[in-house]
Amino acid sequence: MWKNERISQIVDGKRVIVKKPELLAPAGNLEKLKVAVHYGADAVFIGGQEYGLRSNADNFTLEEMAEGVRFASQYGAKIYVTTNIYAHNENIPGLEEYLEGLQAAGIHGIIVADPLIIETARRVAPKLEVHLSTQQSLTNWKAVQFWKEEGLERVVLARETSAEEIRQIKEKVDIEIETFIHGAMCIAYSGRCVLSNHMTARDSNRGGCCQSCRWDYDLYKLEGNNTIALFDETDDPFAMSPKDLNLIQSIPKMIELGIDSLKIEGRMKSIHYVATVVSVYRKVIDAYCADPDNFVIRKEWLDELDKCANRDTAPAFFEGVPGYKEQMFGVHSKKTTYDFAGFVLDYDRDTKIVTLQQRNFFKPGDTVEFFGPEIENFTQTVGTIWDEDGNELDAARHPLQIVKFKVEKEVFPYNMMRKEQ
Amino acid sequence: MKKPELLVTPTSVAHIHDLAKAGADAVLIGEQRYGLRLAGEFTRKDVREAMDVARKYGIRVYVAMNALFHNDKVDELGDYVRFLADIGVDAIVFGDPAVLMTVREVAPQMKLHWNTETTATNWYACNYWGRKGAKRAVLARELSMDAIIEIKQHAEVEIEVQVHGMTCMFQSKRSLIGNYFEYQGKWLEIEKKKYEKGMFLYDKERDNKYPIFEDENGTHIMSPNDICIIDELGDMVDAGIDSFKIDGVLHEAEYITNVTALYRRAIDLCVEQREQYEEEKDELLAQIEAIQPSHRPLDTGFFFKETVY
Repeated sequence: MWKNERISQIVDGKRVIVKKPELLAPAGNLEKLKVAVHYGADAVFIGGQEYGLRSNADNFTLEEMAEGVRFASQYGAKIYVTTNIYAHNENIPGLEEYLEGLQAAGIHGIIVADPLIIETARRVAPKLEVHLSTQQSLTNWKAVQFWKEEGLERVVLARETSAEEIRQIKEKVDIEIETFIHGAMCIAYSGRCVLSNHMTARDSNRGGCCQSCRWDYDLYKLEGNNTIALFDETDDPFAMSPKDLNLIQSIPKMIELGIDSLKIEGRMKSIHYVATVVSVYRKVIDAYCADPDNFVIRKEWLDELDKCANRDTAPAFFEGVPGYKEQMFGVHSKKTTYDFAGFVLDYDRDTKIVTLQQRNFFKPGDTVEFFGPEIENFTQTVGTIWDEDGNELDAARHPLQIVKFKVEKEVFPYNMMRKEQ
Repeated sequence: MKKPELLVTPTSVAHIHDLAKAGADAVLIGEQRYGLRLAGEFTRKDVREAMDVARKYGIRVYVAMNALFHNDKVDELGDYVRFLADIGVDAIVFGDPAVLMTVREVAPQMKLHWNTETTATNWYACNYWGRKGAKRAVLARELSMDAIIEIKQHAEVEIEVQVHGMTCMFQSKRSLIGNYFEYQGKWLEIEKKKYEKGMFLYDKERDNKYPIFEDENGTHIMSPNDICIIDELGDMVDAGIDSFKIDGVLHEAEYITNVTALYRRAIDLCVEQREQYEEEKDELLAQIEAIQPSHRPLDTGFFFKETVY
């Protein structure tokens, strides 16, 4: 493996990584933000009420952002806000106030594609770091050089850049590099797709993307006036749905390349997803940095990631040019094998009783698994369940209901309980 | 009143003769190594010849360098820019800032047109690229007539608007057609088939046909309809839009020439004899409909369509 001398040192005869990359996680709301930080994210990116690319997400008010910043600061974590639409004229009014509000809320940086927003932020909210969004589809070192000269602190590279290309960019330009490591991806160059605009009159570059790229189509060829089908009756239809990105195996290489921030996609994803993915990558990064030369990927980490996956995954462009095996034809999603069943609020060490908020149906006799940053995963069988007032329940039926039962090993607030389906 | 430029994409050097005679003021050419979705493939030799033809007719030549470049091509951009500067092309069309940086280094006098296809969506961004060195911004196709005119009112650069032809909806670096053939197990046919022209995706729900093709820049998916606003030029002429573009990609040369002649008449009338334009514009539209290929319906793009988000 290519080893970067600038990121490691020999300490007591053993090489250790001294430049640890930031682990950057998504959060669709305040609860997910807190979970992401608690589970080990060094930074979290969120969306506001405007100017972001997920108009269907919950998104944060300025008050919620301020609370998120306060929570994150207890952990030394940073909050970035996605303001990466390509604005139309009509989006210009209100932009200054919005950016001033982000700065006042204590946000550390914004992720931006449109020069309008870059320059407006510089003018009215100069404390905000400006990171160039992947929506700009940055694919070469010279374009990165351009944005460095424009004064940006960080660029998010296009998802089409390979490990070797990133190495060259790092070598030629001294700027922070952020790349995606996990989650859903555009199959188009980001910012260069307007399928949604044409098919559903929803503007993909302002947060309205309806994911038309994941629909099925039939491929034909026109020859003169004849239309010829380029598929047989038994063939799956033409599809361009990409498998989700998963670079867990490549994290060592990414760390050695000196990539500054490793980003998990998914502001629309569940709290269980955020917790699971963040905790796994936290463990991988920490383990590699502590002892890179004896590092191996543990099977339990891979298994753990799989517990929250609802699509197949692949390494995409980082390890080469993706072929048909990195796409999905015919079937489009696999069923998740685990449900998020409960969120730990409290644990009494003396009585071994957990107080837990129900997130999915479970009942006495079910086998459940607990996980969280303070504990090693363990499973146990659920015994008697009581409600808050001590009444015995035949099952935990109601979402957000507070329930209690005995858990043999110690658990902590923010730990999660999942159940195999 | 200022007359907007009529810019057309030729399919070959020979075609430039026809387009000039039909009334084109400028042509956009290039090769897929540097440019995106061109109507024709023009080698360096072709570009040289195109310059000779263009000079003979007194029309301008713009060359497309608007691909998204990976590191492997960055070092050769300077050589191509120098070549284009030496033969005196009138402007280079770019999207990737790497081209802007290269032009600053090797040919700072070269005119630049900013065109990323999808991201020129507000007047501030157009002026931003103007301050960085662009003389012109080519607007995204997903804008309304009102938004286009508002951009022009605030613009410190020339504004180019596509008035006719198909537009790009999607570009992927992946070999999506090749991958599909491979998935189907048609291994042996892939290399010769994936670059063929004439393929389209059929969308049953909307009954639309989206042209799809692969080239050196990846896979491109195009709009199901051709924009045609030959009968709606008045407001943009009044606003002073600088260039009207006819994109001929995936069309026959003869069709492009005929459409060019019709827009020539429309623009001339619209500027010089507005009443006559109003009288004749439906007939001009009817003449385009008469030559329109059956698989390519006409529409007015996003000029009169709202998008939400």
